[in-house]
Amino acid sequence: MDFHDSPAEAAFRAEVRGWLADHLTAEYAALGGVGGEADETGWDVRREWERLLGAHGWVGLSWPKDHGGRAASFAEQVIFQEEYARANAPARVSFFGEGLFAPTLIQFGTDEQKRRYLPKIQSVDELWCQGFSEPNAGSDLANVQTRAVLDGDEWVINGQKVWTTLAHRADWCFVVTRTVEGSQGHKGLSFLLVDMHQPGIEIRPLRQMTGSAEFNEVFFDGARTPADHVLGPVGEGWSVAMATLGFERGTAFLSRQLAFQREMQDLIDAAQKNGAARDPLLRNKLAGHYVGVKIMQYNGQRMLTQMSRTGAVGPEASIGKLYWSTWHRAFGETAVQVLGTDGLTIRNDAPYELDALHLTFMGSRAETIYAGASEIQRNIIGERVLGLPREPR
Amino acid sequence: MNFAFSDEQEELRRIIRQFLEAKSPSSEVRRLMETTEGYDSAVWSQMAEQLGLQSLTIPEEYGGQGYSFVELGIALEEMGRVLLCAPYFSTVVLATNAILNAGNDAEKKALLPGIAAGETIAALAFTEPNGKWDAAGITLEATNKGGEWVLDGTKSFVIDGHTANLIVVVARVAGTSNTDGIALFTVAGDAAGLTRTPLATMDQTRKQAKLDFAGVKATPLGEPGQGFAAFSKTLDQAAVALANEMIGGAQCVLDMSVEYAKVRVQFGRPIGSFQAIKHKCADMLLEVESGKSAAYYAAWCAAEDNDELPVVAALAKAYISDAYFHCAAENIQIHGGIGFTWEHDAHLYFKRAKSSEIYLGDATYHRELLAQRIGI
Ligand SMILES: Cc1cc2nc3c(=O)[nH]c(=O)nc-3n(C[C@H](O)[C@H](O)[C@H](O)COP(=O)(O)OP(=O)(O)OC[C@H]3O[C@@H](n4cnc5c(N)ncnc54)[C@H](O)[C@@H]3O)c2cc1C
Repeated sequence: MDFHDSPAEAAFRAEVRGWLADHLTAEYAALGGVGGEADETGWDVRREWERLLGAHGWVGLSWPKDHGGRAASFAEQVIFQEEYARANAPARVSFFGEGLFAPTLIQFGTDEQKRRYLPKIQSVDELWCQGFSEPNAGSDLANVQTRAVLDGDEWVINGQKVWTTLAHRADWCFVVTRTVEGSQGHKGLSFLLVDMHQPGIEIRPLRQMTGSAEFNEVFFDGARTPADHVLGPVGEGWSVAMATLGFERGTAFLSRQLAFQREMQDLIDAAQKNGAARDPLLRNKLAGHYVGVKIMQYNGQRMLTQMSRTGAVGPEASIGKLYWSTWHRAFGETAVQVLGTDGLTIRNDAPYELDALHLTFMGSRAETIYAGASEIQRNIIGERVLGLPREPR
Repeated sequence: MNFAFSDEQEELRRIIRQFLEAKSPSSEVRRLMETTEGYDSAVWSQMAEQLGLQSLTIPEEYGGQGYSFVELGIALEEMGRVLLCAPYFSTVVLATNAILNAGNDAEKKALLPGIAAGETIAALAFTEPNGKWDAAGITLEATNKGGEWVLDGTKSFVIDGHTANLIVVVARVAGTSNTDGIALFTVAGDAAGLTRTPLATMDQTRKQAKLDFAGVKATPLGEPGQGFAAFSKTLDQAAVALANEMIGGAQCVLDMSVEYAKVRVQFGRPIGSFQAIKHKCADMLLEVESGKSAAYYAAWCAAEDNDELPVVAALAKAYISDAYFHCAAENIQIHGGIGFTWEHDAHLYFKRAKSSEIYLGDATYHRELLAQRIGI
């Protein structure tokens, strides 16, 4: 047990810190901490910033060296994210590409596929979206009905996806489709890679409770993709999709969680400014959230050590997902309580525009739903970590 | 960065667990909790002779093995897991750390070797009937009468205060208040003028006593009046230690719940297949794992004796106080009627969880402490 950086880790940290100090300036620095995976504030500048990161090899840190990565260890990835959060750098735009698709591609893709897609993710030339959920396939993802059939050397796709975050920003979508006629459940699915810029795809924005429309409905009406744009074997898309969900529950939200410590400090500052911090009950609540956010960090460090030893994220990742989403939701509730009567008003009501604390208050309601709802995480923890019997289905 | 125990530490855990499973099964806990002393002196000696548990963290120059707080945390976690009935927390955590923090070299040389050898049972008398956990609650007065220090007042809730042969007393120099004038002393368990009354404890697995001091002659431990820093640090270390002990109990009640949920059948299904039960277990696991992260991290900070200790101690005690009690309470619910019986062990953990939650200050108290320490 040792929480000090090893000499190599310290050197890496210094490198990251130095690079950020040199490059996170002017308009980039002005966007400090702004935006989220599903928040488009400052989008164009954030995308420019991310291109700069990519050009210097800070996108795709963990990828193998021959695919342009730095083969960074888990520990180095955490160090990078810690420094990134400490520097208060803008939230990243390529969450779905870099965070979800790339690790899945590295695990399941052919060499040719990796050479085709990874460089464009790193250069932030291509953004991705996640085509999993459908109107009748949410928690029960295996109930996907979107179909794809081979027509010569192309797949033809018909069906509908929903809640597709940032589809309107995406160049590509990884789509879970049913490719085996008459198949049911998790059998007969394939993980297709589909160009979003084509006539067979229609994107309709869905307005969220936050007022903005980051997620969408995506309709596939004879959309096409080449026959070899399948990740993993045809008909075995389920295991590929499960790997993606593993990354989503494991490492993808690391930077998010680390940013929570800054949110915590911001709320403490706000409470001190408006006097809420003098209220004994609110003080106690704030301290309770502080306990929670620090334990999130310790949990992460323990998980990281575990991962460094086993090389993988197990079902234990569900504990982390359940923890951070639950923490953030409760934190958001306190945030508005701290605001007091100021909580009654927002930045703008036409268009409906939220300040940071209200955005946390509302946005966090989604976090216990996406990436596997909390109830599903508890099922996974109960069944796959604790070994409790499955529900009869 | 490496957040895992070393192979040697895992081995230490294995040895302690093996020992405790043999020496402290539920039947022994139940036998000892019905006694006034609340421990088995033969097992206490074996702990010292076979495993060196009492000497674990005492520096080598005072007859100990010089291990760190991380190893102490491991020992305590294992003890908490089986509800070991022994004056370990009082002797090795409270009194030993108070002596290490407050004493000068000669005092440590005089007091610690006996503890390390398992010969001395020691207690830390700091709480009083006012039930406060901090320096403000210390009213027991120390008066210097012609070069001799004399103690007058009452201490209560003193863990193992009735069986200890060495008592470290936290007093205040007459005429001082709050953090000023805190003075530590040692007195023998059978000192003249000291009346010891065992208390009827809600948690029978951990014994407490009320100690009345009437003109008791006492030996200073460190400089009388300058004891606050040492006392405060002792409390932080004790909170970390207790958190580690508590998390062992929390893991045990989780194990009991999961085990039972797998085998108990109602409506033709194991109850663990019902989400209402499964999700309780999942939440308990989340709390136990989070509690471990906090407890282990805090133990490391205590081992390093770093600046984070005061914050992390409050943080760990706050989280684990709630977590252990919640898990112990859910364990009863998951067991149904049998969980409410005297015969089932669930109530022993439930009571230990509550007494540990209250002891040193509950979660609300520690969150306020934390708020002050992080500048809210
Ligand atoms: C902001 C946001 C962004 C999203 N972005 C994307 C995206 O980019 N791509 C994508 O594919 N999807 C996305 N999703 C969809 C998300 O993955 C689903 O909402 C989620 O899987 C839940 O599915 P559902 O909405 O159909 O709810 P349902 O599955 O219908 O669940 C409704 C309720 O029932 C509970 N429930 C369901 N099954 C069980 C069970 N077996 N046991 C106990 N309780 C159960 C759930 O926990 C939940 O509380 C997004 C969602 C949100 C809110």
